Amino acid sequence: MLSNSEKHLQVRGTEINYYFICKTKLWLFSHNIQMEQESESVSMGKQLHKKSYGREKKDFTIDNLISVDFIRRGETLELHEVKKSSKMEDAHRYQLLYYMYYLKKEKGIQNIIGFIDYPKLRKKEKVELTESEEKSLEGIIEGIGQIVHGTISKPEKKKICRKCAYYEFCWV
Amino acid sequence: MKKNYYLMSDGLLKRKENTLYFVNKDGKKPIPINKIYSIYAYGSLTFSSQSVHLLAKEGIPIHFFNYYGFYDGSFYPRETLLSGDLLVKQVEHYLNPGKRLWIAKKFIEGAAGNMEKVLGYYHVQNGIGKTVKDLTLSSNVTEAMNVEARMRSEYYSKMDEILPDGFKMEGRSRRPPENMVNALISFGNSMVYSTVISEIYNTQLNPTISYLHEPFERRYSLALDLSEMFKPILVDRLIFYMVNKRMLTEDDFEQKVDYCILNDGGRKKFIKEYDERLKKTIKHRELNRKVSYRRLIRLEAYKLIKHILGTQEYKPFVMWW
Ligand code: SF4
Repeated sequence: MLSNSEKHLQVRGTEINYYFICKTKLWLFSHNIQMEQESESVSMGKQLHKKSYGREKKDFTIDNLISVDFIRRGETLELHEVKKSSKMEDAHRYQLLYYMYYLKKEKGIQNIIGFIDYPKLRKKEKVELTESEEKSLEGIIEGIGQIVHGTISKPEKKKICRKCAYYEFCWV
Repeated sequence: MKKNYYLMSDGLLKRKENTLYFVNKDGKKPIPINKIYSIYAYGSLTFSSQSVHLLAKEGIPIHFFNYYGFYDGSFYPRETLLSGDLLVKQVEHYLNPGKRLWIAKKFIEGAAGNMEKVLGYYHVQNGIGKTVKDLTLSSNVTEAMNVEARMRSEYYSKMDEILPDGFKMEGRSRRPPENMVNALISFGNSMVYSTVISEIYNTQLNPTISYLHEPFERRYSLALDLSEMFKPILVDRLIFYMVNKRMLTEDDFEQKVDYCILNDGGRKKFIKEYDERLKKTIKHRELNRKVSYRRLIRLEAYKLIKHILGTQEYKPFVMWW
């Protein structure tokens, strides 16, 4: 069971990711204002997914909150997230750390290691859940709660806006 | 790119795996499901429940039109893009008279701006700009509607200055339309209405909660609201263009003593041009991106959402080119 303070902070992995990328995006997403998936970069992401890891079991969803790209089970539990580019490192890293944190707290699973795979860059990054990372995560979860329960944040133009599914929404 | 499919003849919609087939007297035509944006059915359409399942799953609406080309209704698949917060706010803006009136006036201003653009293109002097100023005196939606009605009748009376002989409008007649131009306007307006329904479907807005029109006027009254701004651009301009270029002639109409409607051939011509217009793109100033006319309708819905959420005051669309 989650403790009371954790219960109302149930967040989805995507929200952790958006927290680093854009507060407006986080707000809209968490309020179920999502855009139709027509944009090109979205479908490119899906393609990449299919091509690179066809053989692994994909898209694990756990408790409707988190979804990892695939899991390998051996002595340890390996979580893998597949990403296109390393541009949003913190966002990716904390998303994965959150999954690990969640599995540890919720499911009592020890020995989890995370990997972020960048197939395009032929790169693989190992992620470990240390105590200090846990602390930062808790701060992030708190921060997300505040944004989501507040009023929508005004969009701020940044580089990633051009490729964001909310681009037209924010800038029209 | 997804497109609209216009089914002009009577026929049957069948499904085989993930493909729909339209079967009519001329044969069987496949319509790949991932290519369909909306379907417009002008003939009488029979469909299997299997095909409806597929359309529902993919979120594709069908709009139905009767023998006269008037809008009958839509198959509006169960909504997938729901947002409780937005719905609550949308209702709040309806229930609060001040907030509702504010939005209603904006829609009228947008419509006025676009009517002026259309007339201005043909150098027709008009008093629409002056009439619309009276909106400041309207303290409720009914009064605002009266201003709108005055402005609209001024607009329609000026249309005759643009139309060639034989195609004069001589006042608006709706049900039934009494002459060719009235028939074109009725037909075109119901196309815009359905186009707007499809766009709203792809957002989290609830199509039954409206501001200018009363929610009980039509099933999708928000589509009526948003149509006002787009009718001059999408329909009226198209009519002037086609009629003045003699792309439409008397042969394209079925004229009876008490009514006039487009015949099959006329409908086909008009729909073809209308669809091309929807696909036509312009460079959007704020977005610095090319958008289609159809997309402009979606953007209008986005702007309304932002207004309702309180991030940005709504400014109605008025053609800027
Ligand atoms: S377009 Fe830019 S501001 Fe808007 S949600 Fe996306 S990233 Fe945030």
